[in-house]
Amino acid sequence: MSPPDENTQGTQLEFVTLVAGGQNFCIEITQIREIRRWSPVTILPHSPSHVLGVINLRGAVIPIIDLAAKLGFDRISPTERHVIIITAIEDRIVGLLVESVSEILGVRSDMVRETPRSPDDTTMRAILGVIAVGDDMTKVINLSTLLTNSEPVAA
Amino acid sequence: MNNEPSLLDTFFEECEDLIIALSDGLTEMRDGQADNETINAVFRAVHSIKGAAGAFALDDLVNFAHKFETVLDDVRAQRLAPDDSLLRTLQRAGDMLADLVDNARNATPANRALVDPVLAELQAFLGPEEDTATDEFVFEPMSLDLGGQDDTSPVYRISFTPGRTFYALGHDPLLLILAIQDLGPTEICVTANDLPNNFSNLHWDDGYLTWTITLSGPVSDLPIREIFQFVDDLCDLRIENNECAPFAQTTFPDHPPQPEPESGPTTDAPQRGLKDEQAERTAIKPTTTLRVDPERIDRLINAVGELIINQSVISQRLQEAALPNSSELFADLDDYKLLAREIQEGVMAIRAQPVKPLFQRMLRIAREASDATGKSVVLITEGETTEVDKTVIERLADPLTHMIRNAIDHGIESPEKRIKSGKAQQGIIRLSASQRSGSIVIEIADDGAGLNRPQIRDTAIKKGLIADDTILSDQEIDQLLFAPGFSTAAEVTNLSGRGVGMDVVKTTITGLGGRVAISTVPGRGTTFSITLPLTLAVMDGMIINVSGQTMVVPITNILETIRPSQTDLSKIGLNNDLLRIRGDYVPIIDLAERLGHAPPGRPLTDRVLLLIQTESIAQCALAVDDIYDQRQVVVKSLQGNYGYILGVSGATILGDGKIALIIDPEAITNTTSVQSQIAQPTEGGRSYVAA
Amino acid sequence: MTTHILAIDDSRTIRSLLSLTLEKAGFRVTTAVDGVDGVNKYLDQGADLVITDVNMPNKDGFGVIEDIRHGDRNRAVPVLVLTTESGAALKERARKAGATGWIVKPFDDESLVAVIKRLTGG
Repeated sequence: MSPPDENTQGTQLEFVTLVAGGQNFCIEITQIREIRRWSPVTILPHSPSHVLGVINLRGAVIPIIDLAAKLGFDRISPTERHVIIITAIEDRIVGLLVESVSEILGVRSDMVRETPRSPDDTTMRAILGVIAVGDDMTKVINLSTLLTNSEPVAA
Repeated sequence: MNNEPSLLDTFFEECEDLIIALSDGLTEMRDGQADNETINAVFRAVHSIKGAAGAFALDDLVNFAHKFETVLDDVRAQRLAPDDSLLRTLQRAGDMLADLVDNARNATPANRALVDPVLAELQAFLGPEEDTATDEFVFEPMSLDLGGQDDTSPVYRISFTPGRTFYALGHDPLLLILAIQDLGPTEICVTANDLPNNFSNLHWDDGYLTWTITLSGPVSDLPIREIFQFVDDLCDLRIENNECAPFAQTTFPDHPPQPEPESGPTTDAPQRGLKDEQAERTAIKPTTTLRVDPERIDRLINAVGELIINQSVISQRLQEAALPNSSELFADLDDYKLLAREIQEGVMAIRAQPVKPLFQRMLRIAREASDATGKSVVLITEGETTEVDKTVIERLADPLTHMIRNAIDHGIESPEKRIKSGKAQQGIIRLSASQRSGSIVIEIADDGAGLNRPQIRDTAIKKGLIADDTILSDQEIDQLLFAPGFSTAAEVTNLSGRGVGMDVVKTTITGLGGRVAISTVPGRGTTFSITLPLTLAVMDGMIINVSGQTMVVPITNILETIRPSQTDLSKIGLNNDLLRIRGDYVPIIDLAERLGHAPPGRPLTDRVLLLIQTESIAQCALAVDDIYDQRQVVVKSLQGNYGYILGVSGATILGDGKIALIIDPEAITNTTSVQSQIAQPTEGGRSYVAA
Repeated sequence: MTTHILAIDDSRTIRSLLSLTLEKAGFRVTTAVDGVDGVNKYLDQGADLVITDVNMPNKDGFGVIEDIRHGDRNRAVPVLVLTTESGAALKERARKAGATGWIVKPFDDESLVAVIKRLTGG
């Protein structure tokens, strides 16, 4: 690791890395309210397959979404070991079910590379960019696109 | 001026009240119920907006209000008669003033293209622009560079002899002298030549002294004139500087006690206005209000909600504890319940607001819609003082707007057609609010042609909402208006079509826990009735088991609960079950199946049937798996974080912290007629989730 | 002693503006919401100077002055009329009603304070 350049452009960002559908993703920490263990949900009628249901978070009704299924992977069968990331974006609070949460990653904004391919499928549309971590890379999830744009949670 | 944001906020809050007062007054004038005080109140509202807007240099607003006020002043002074055309202009000006306030609030520039025509209309009543020259005259103090006078300090001789009026009006010669001393070094001399020789002729309130002040300093006479600004005609003021003729050291004639002319052409108006205002007792009283951050109230409401849940949990625990009936705990629990109810009602009352401002917005909507369609329509509002939760008022604005536009656009016939069918040329829409047994009812009733059911049916078939051989009752046809996709932008006129259809109206109202009903009489008109719960946050619900999921059905919809025996049930076709009750047959809907929680065709014996009544279907029975309890539940919205779910009006949190969905029986039963056509979001065929 | 000013205006905005400006200048301010309220407060508490709006419900500004000038409490109190009018007609009207002086809205705080100081010596 070389020391950061004096003339570095870009601000410092922090991401929470997670695993969903066996792949590495991350979410900007400012969009995350809290992280909690899986607890059973109340099922919603007529809901798409990635919507698991709703939970009671201190008196508020919060929908829980299977992130893997939403990104086009197989659905997760939730157990006690799975994790819910409570995110807040554009006045909406939504929980994301993921396989695990790993660490907090601090990077400069210019280290976030654009998504290499043109966004043509669900997964790619929801990816804001990629960050190289050692030999591996982690994909930054665009929560606005994922949750609000083409398809509202309820759609 | 110190434009602190909080002051501006005060101004805009006040403007809201003034616009309401204005709109009220104009409506009374329209209805011919206006007396002097009404017109005065209207004038004052505009005048106050103008005055305060000036403090914030909101020029567009000031200029418009000024013109508006000038016309109103003429109406007040009976120089202008409030005929139809003037009243219309005043209404438009009122609307425009509200717009300009909004513009100022949002810091957006006024739309000249809209403002100027109204200004011109107002001007037309004032005749050619003559008033502006005199009225817009503003005295602006300016500093003059008086050149050479700066080199040699001028010497001023100021003399004044205060008369009786000078003192009567609260002036004090000492203060004037002190002010002059601030301008430079002075020499002061008093002459008492006017004092009567015989002191019995001395009047205590008269002035007998003359002050002569010699002021030297680098000043012009402007600041001196300013000091005497209020009294220059009350004290025989003379200001001379050293270059002028020598000061005449003569005695000044005494002042008559009443120096002003007895009457003048301009002094009549205020005196008359004064008497008018004193005579009228129906002045608008300022209401004392407390402004509270709505978030604090919401927190309180949430806490009260939790309190109610807590109360039901405790009551359940106590019942399970099998205490002797004589236990005093039960009496205490009853007190607790009562108090919780009282607190809840009190808290909800904080949020309650009269529907009046909402209705007033609708007056304007109706005016604009009738202008746009060329139809003559009058909107009559009733029950404006009915109080409804603030959130309800906010969310009702769009649906009401849409329904009123619809009523004018589609309900009311053209003037020619109305005359042909023997009706008055002017259509009437009645917008009323009332409180009926725990509900708020808002009705929009037009006296138009009534719903054209054959046409609605045709449209629904054309749009693929129903098959062309579907047999529908009149009620079911009426309900088609609310089906998603029934009204589309292509076919509604530019007036009603604003991207909202009646389905959105219905969704919004259902989201508020309310219902919409339609009644129509061909040739006589259509009435839409919106029924809303009195309180948003809490309702009485039946707690039920639906295929393992705990859910809630509003008690208000439930007529009775039935545990059917085999003989009560019969079948039509393969999957349509009927319940026989008191000689009638009522369709049975399996709630779990309808919600996608269970496969169709489960046996109905060993189930519980809830006999319910809704607006669209007279009676129907919901089959559920079990009934647990009946209690108050706190309603939470699903819309914010999730969205609308067909058949579900909201959710609640049970004593154990789990979420139970609240069923919307109306939507559940309604899906029978248009069910298959409503696009359901299914991704790869969701399997039934069994408990 | 702090100079006590009674400000009478039916506009909440103007009342706030006056209070803010005058209190900043070191005056003590009492406000009243209309003419009747204003006269009552004057008879009750008195004041070193009264500022009143003209157009008000219940009793207008000229009515206020009339009541003060014929009332039981210091009749010669300076009374300033707040008005949007300007010009000679105003002066005559205000004078006739018994006003000590007048302030044309929108006022700027400096000259308002200067006028008040000149009329009260405070």
